[in-house]
Parts: sequence; structure tokens; C-alpha cells
Amino acid sequence: MLKLERRATPSSIMSVASPLLAAVGMLITGFVLFKVLGKDPVEAFYLFFVKPVSTTYGIGELLLKTTPLLLCGLGLALGFRANVWNIGAEGQLTMGAIAGGGVALWFGDSESAFALPLMLLAGVLGGMAWAAIPAFLRTRFNTNEILVTLMLVYISQLVLSWLVHGPWRDPQGLNYPQSQGFGDAETMSILISGTRVTWGIVYALGLALVAWIFSQKTFAGFRMQVAGLAPAAAAYAGFSEKRNIWIALMICGATAGLAGVCEVAGPIGRLQQQISPGYGFAAIIVAWIGRLHPIGVVFGALLMSLLYLGGEAAQMGMGLPSAITGLFQGLLLFYLLAADLFITFRLKRVAPVEVNTLKPPVRAETAA
Amino acid sequence: MDQSGFADLKPRLVLTGITKRYPSVVANDDVSLSIRPGEIHAVLGENGAGKSTLMKMIYGVTKPDAGTIMWNGQYETIAAPAQARRMGIGMVFQHFSLFETLTVWENIALALDEPVPTAKLASQITEVSEKYGLPIDPYRLVHSMSVGERQRVEIVRCLLQEPKLLIMDEPTSVLTPQAVLILFKTLRRLAAEGCSILYISHKLDEIRALCDTATVLRGGRVSGTAIPRNETNESLARMMIGGELAECRLAPREAKEERLKVERLSLTSPDPFGTSLKDVSLTVRSGEILGIAGVSGNGQKELMTALSGERLSPASMIKLLGQPAGNLNPAQRRAVGLTFVPEERLGRGAVPPMSLAQNALLTGARKGMVQRGIIHPSVMKTFSKNVIERFKVKCGGDQSVASSLSGGNLQKFIVGRETMLQPRMMIVAQPTWGVDVGAAQLIRQALIDLRDQGVAILVISEELDELFAISDRLAVIADGRLSPSVKPAETSIEQIGTWMSGKFGDRADDRAASANAHLETANAQA
Repeated sequence: MLKLERRATPSSIMSVASPLLAAVGMLITGFVLFKVLGKDPVEAFYLFFVKPVSTTYGIGELLLKTTPLLLCGLGLALGFRANVWNIGAEGQLTMGAIAGGGVALWFGDSESAFALPLMLLAGVLGGMAWAAIPAFLRTRFNTNEILVTLMLVYISQLVLSWLVHGPWRDPQGLNYPQSQGFGDAETMSILISGTRVTWGIVYALGLALVAWIFSQKTFAGFRMQVAGLAPAAAAYAGFSEKRNIWIALMICGATAGLAGVCEVAGPIGRLQQQISPGYGFAAIIVAWIGRLHPIGVVFGALLMSLLYLGGEAAQMGMGLPSAITGLFQGLLLFYLLAADLFITFRLKRVAPVEVNTLKPPVRAETAA
Repeated sequence: MDQSGFADLKPRLVLTGITKRYPSVVANDDVSLSIRPGEIHAVLGENGAGKSTLMKMIYGVTKPDAGTIMWNGQYETIAAPAQARRMGIGMVFQHFSLFETLTVWENIALALDEPVPTAKLASQITEVSEKYGLPIDPYRLVHSMSVGERQRVEIVRCLLQEPKLLIMDEPTSVLTPQAVLILFKTLRRLAAEGCSILYISHKLDEIRALCDTATVLRGGRVSGTAIPRNETNESLARMMIGGELAECRLAPREAKEERLKVERLSLTSPDPFGTSLKDVSLTVRSGEILGIAGVSGNGQKELMTALSGERLSPASMIKLLGQPAGNLNPAQRRAVGLTFVPEERLGRGAVPPMSLAQNALLTGARKGMVQRGIIHPSVMKTFSKNVIERFKVKCGGDQSVASSLSGGNLQKFIVGRETMLQPRMMIVAQPTWGVDVGAAQLIRQALIDLRDQGVAILVISEELDELFAISDRLAVIADGRLSPSVKPAETSIEQIGTWMSGKFGDRADDRAASANAHLETANAQA
């Protein structure tokens, strides 16, 4: 008979092993799935996980998709550590793209050297402004930030849709719902020639380092961690809950907004109806796989990016539906949450109860 | 009742070699005891000695890893509380499990294993409760009842099932001294009718007054058995802690300037079932300890949050070192010189998964651990090492996580941390709640030393003995109102007990209060 038993202290080994176990679980289930679909699993795995990164271009694509995932994941992880459940990074990303894109359209054909820096700044501010709404509602009216951030995602997408269908639609665009393409001054330069990867990945990695220093070395980072681990202790120590909520949401708004503007100023090159295949949502999984640790998030983002590439390759190479990406993402999160149980619990083999309690008394009864 | 009166009776319950292991601790190791019909048997031990674990195994909440349970001469495996109840075992837990929005009879009906018609149940409740001197109205809503009355509901709930064995887990910690006497009468009556009672406590006087026999546990093992009325407090304590009880000394000392002054503080509790503070006034001066007694749930929590700044009030109602502080948040009050030991250690006083060094940073940021927003780990380490050393905190070092410490050791760390922040005013809630006797002594002495250095200290506690031992002045909180304060030498347990039931507010007492206030000012001028 097996029994779940709480560990005396959480296992630090399991907390590292859990994402690896989750990845293995995902692969095994994927194996069965391909088998059932009548595809050769080995070939499918090769197509899914190896072929996409077997060329320089492929590596570029991997880093390209890693950028928004990493940026959003970093911001989310810092918030999650502080018990701020922002699940609307997708909306903050969209707003960042709109704000940055707006600046790009305002510069138009200008060759100004200020165009790109101002775009990036606008993107950051746009994401922060969007995240300020749930921060204000939560700190002023105690509104649940999970609902507000999620609902704001759809609002931001509708705003973008209205802009590209209406005021910002390209007059020469054959009525496609998209803006004018950005000029060279409004586009980020390519990092590795022969690929599409931009300087955005460098910014993202730099920010991962900054986030690590913030969470490990600064008192503000410590306060946020205390708020997440023991809210009552934070109140007792006098750490302001409102300040923590604002900091958490502002940081995530900024990084997600930057992710948005890096997309439109990079591979997309204009504003269009859809600018993200759900990076902001996938980043929630990235944050958890990365154990809410900035360096862990880097690896989480790389893995998630590979899933996006693999999903695309599987659609093209094997004629599988696009849902395959979401399916693998879901499997990964599912197994991760399951494996996380064993951080605080362990399985113990217990002997059947009867053997113990029906044993005859070993000594004389202690009648006083 | 005479001890020899049981000699010819067959034991009702015999435990033999009971052992229960948890991942980090052996809670019970080869524990044996036996109890006969009509016997009141004390299970005595410090916190963490394994009393509650043992009782839970008798009541079927957990199962022993080894050992046997014999009930009325038959070996039994008690798989669940429902089975224990069917066998005739009832248990009144230390923490009640009542639904506050339901009435008494609804709560009792929920706990019954067999459905009983309402009218019949209500009349049964009235009948049983009156028979045993615990009158309760079956149609009253639980949230309107005091803690003592709620305990009656729990007891009546057990009695309705006509138990052969009643387990009481620390029943007096929520009662006034008068209510304790009523409870004892009830228990003696039950025993006279043949019900066996297992009475868990660490209060030696009570056990000597009530119990026929005692089993003493220490560190999960039986350290002795005794007939309490033939023992002294000292001899029982020696069995319980394995050493002598030290006395703490409170040398008379003159209080100096006012450090904390609360004037006519009224605060409505945001919790509908909480207690609102009504017109609370108090002063604490440099070099004195003011003790606040009271049955739990009478506004202690609300007073604590108002004083700590977790709940704000009009600025002038609270003065800290002469400066209006009602509208200051906890961090600002700490900056003025207030430190604070909360009742709840894990989760409020300390962050469970963080190391002791990080927990030093929780309130010690002003002691050089943070400079320009950056944490300085070496300062944190030195500070927490000093606390660990000076307060004899048993732990693996400053990197041990808070949740790995025992309650008493964590409390020593928290009291030590708040002490070494060099406060000018310190507020302590339940300083020794759940702490073993040795650690309790160390903590009380630390508070007295601090007082002797001129710090003003406010202690809120439910342990009357403790308050009488360490307070320069004593006051009682009841239903959100605070009594006038008196010197321990000029009052008695009985008077404090009367105050604990809220009887200090009539006109005569008000006059006494103002007379007392005059006395206080006279003292201050002297």
C-alpha cells in the first residue's frame, strides 16, 4: 500500500527535478499520441524537437520566439513570487505594441535616430499603463487582479483591431487590416545575419540578470518575496501591500510592453490584427517551469519557444493541426503541477494496518 | 473520590506500547496507560510532549505505528472518529469546530452520526445541559456566544452520546477562573456516574485539584505516573520537564516617562464576528511592564493590530513616545522605537520557508542590514548569530529555515530579534504560549531584563500566573473594553476573574477607575 506523506521540509532536489520530470512526462505522452495518430514517433520527435534548431536560421527563430516569452516570463515570475496573480501579460504586450507602433507611425518615413529608442520607451510605458489599471483597482477597490488582467487582454486586442481596421489602416494596403510598414529607422537591427533574431534577445537576457539581482540582492525584492510567502508577516513587518502590488504590476507591464514593441519593431515590422500567438499566456507556464527564478525562466522560455517551433514544423511536415502546440504546452504544465506535489509530499510504502494493531501485547498490562 | 474506589473495577481503556512516528519526530514512544470507569486521569506534559497525538489515536483521528488499544477488555482498531463515538468515546478539542452562523442545535445535529428530529434534539440538549450545570439555549446562534459558552456546546455535544470515556484537551485555556470551577463540578459529576475522563493539561494546580491519577509524558515517553493530590507542583514539574522550575524575580522599580499612551480608543472590528474596541485607555511607562489579561477573543487581537499599526486609528488616540502615532503604519511606528512580538509565530512573526538570517531582515532592516536598498548579508548573519547565541535558540545555525524550529525555539528567536533591535517600547502577545517551561522562563527573564533597562513593555497574555509574575500593573480586557489597572499585589485571582467576565463597567467601578487614574498620576509624580 502506498501513502502520500508530508515531508518534514520541502525537497530542494524535487524542486529542480520537477520541471525535468514534467518534460519527460510530456515526451512520453507525446510518444503515445504520435503512435495512436499513426505517425512514427521517432520521426515525429525529430521533426518536432531537433529539425527546427538544426540550422542557424532555426536557432535564430528559437531565440526570436524566446525573446517575448522570456520578457513576459520574467515580469510574471516577479509578480507571482509576491502573490500578485497577473495573468494578462498578453494584454500588456499588445498595449506595448500599440504604443510603440503608434510612435513608429508618427515618425513615418523619418530617418530620425530617436525613432527606435522612443518606440521602445513608448512600448514600456504602454504596457505599464495597461498594468496600472488592475494595480489601481486592486489597491483602491480590492478588485481581483486575476479577472481584471485577463479581461483587459481582450479589450487591448479589440483596441488593436479597431486601430488597424480604422484610423491606422494603411491607405495603400488593399484594405488589409494592418498599418503601414515601419521604416528602417523604426526597425530593430538583426543580431545574427541570415536569421530574423534582433537585439531584443540581448535586452531580454540583460533584464534576466537585472531581475536576478533585484530578487536576490535588493530589499524591495525581499519585501515582495515575503509578501508572497507570508502576507501576514509582511503586514507585521510593515511592508506596504499596495506598494508591492504596484511594483509587481509595473515591472510586468514594462517587460511585457517591451516584448510587444520588440515584436512589431522586429519580425512583424508593422501593426496588424494579431501580433502574438499567445506569448503572454505561455509565459505563465514559462514562469512556473523556471521555478519563478529569473535564470530558470531563461531555460523555461527556450523550451517553450522550441514547442512553438516544433508545433509549426509538425503542422507543415506531418499535417497535424495547430492545436498540437497548445497540447504540448498543456501537457507540460499538467505534469509540472503533478510533479510539484512531490516537493512537499513523498510516497511512502506502508504495511497493512492489521499487522500492527492486532499484534498481541508484548508485556503485562500496566494496571496502576 | 478515593483512589481505592477503582481497585475492583476492570480497566475501561488500556493502551500498551503505543508508538507513533512522524517524518521529523517520534511523537509517542512506547506509551502505556490505563483508565478505569469513573476515573479522572490526567495526561500531563509540556507542549510537544505528545499528549495530543496520543489522544488523537484514542479518538481514531490517526493510527498508531505500533502498540495495542484495549477497550473494555477487547483489542480494538479504532479506524475513524465515527467508530470511536460508536464505542462511547467523546472528545472536546482545544480548538472548537463550530459553525458560527448556525444555531446550537444545528451544530449538534451536524455532528450526530444518526439523524434526530429537531424538537426532540432541542429538548435533549436542554435536558442534558441543565443536568450537568452547563445551561445553553439550543436556539441561540453560535457567533453570539462567548468562548466559554461555545465550549459548553462542544461538551454537551459529546454528552448527548452518553460517552463512557470523555477526552478533554486543554479545556481551561479559554475559561475565566470562575468558569473553570463550574467545569470541574460538571466533570466530577460525570465521573461519579461512571464516565472515565482523560484530562490533558500542563497546568499543575488544576490537575492536583481535579484528577485522581496522572500519566506524565516527556519527549513522547512516559516519564512517570502519579496520584496528583499526593504530589506538589514542584514534584510534578520535575517529572514533566526533568528539572527544577526557576522563579523569575521582579525587583520593584520606579516607572519613568510615558512611552505609550492610548486615549479613548474605539475601533469597530471589520470582521462581523470580531470584537470592537470600546473606549480603551492605557499608559505604559519607561521601565514597567503592563500586563493585559482576558479570555481569548475579547479584543486582544484587535488591540494588537491597533497598537502595531496594522490597523490605523485617529492620530491622537495613540501616542508613542509622546508623539501622535494613531495614523502611522507599522514601519513608521518601528522607526519611532516600537518592536513587536505577535501571537502567531509562523507566518506572522517569521516567514516559514526563509532562513533565520532572512527572518532577522524581516524587521531588522534599520540595523544596517540594508543600505541604499541593497541587502548586506554579513550584517544579517552577525545579527542573527547574536540572537541565536544570546537566547540559546536550538537550531542548525543562521541558515536554518524558520519552520524547522520548534515553537519554543522560534519564539526565543523572535523575542530575541525584537529585543536586540533596542526598542524603547515593546509589545508582546502570548509570550510563552505553546512554549516549554524552560524556554518560557528564559523569555520572561528577557522581558524583565529589558524592563530593568528602562524599556516600556506591554504584555497581552491568557496565562494569569504569568501576568501575576512579571507585571508591574495588571489590567483586563473583556468584550473590547479595558479595566482599570491594578498592582498584582493589590488584587487577587478572584477579582481579575470577575473582571474577565466583564464586570468592571458599572458606575461604582467607574468611580474606582477614576480613583485608580488619580493613583496612577500620583505614582507618576512620585
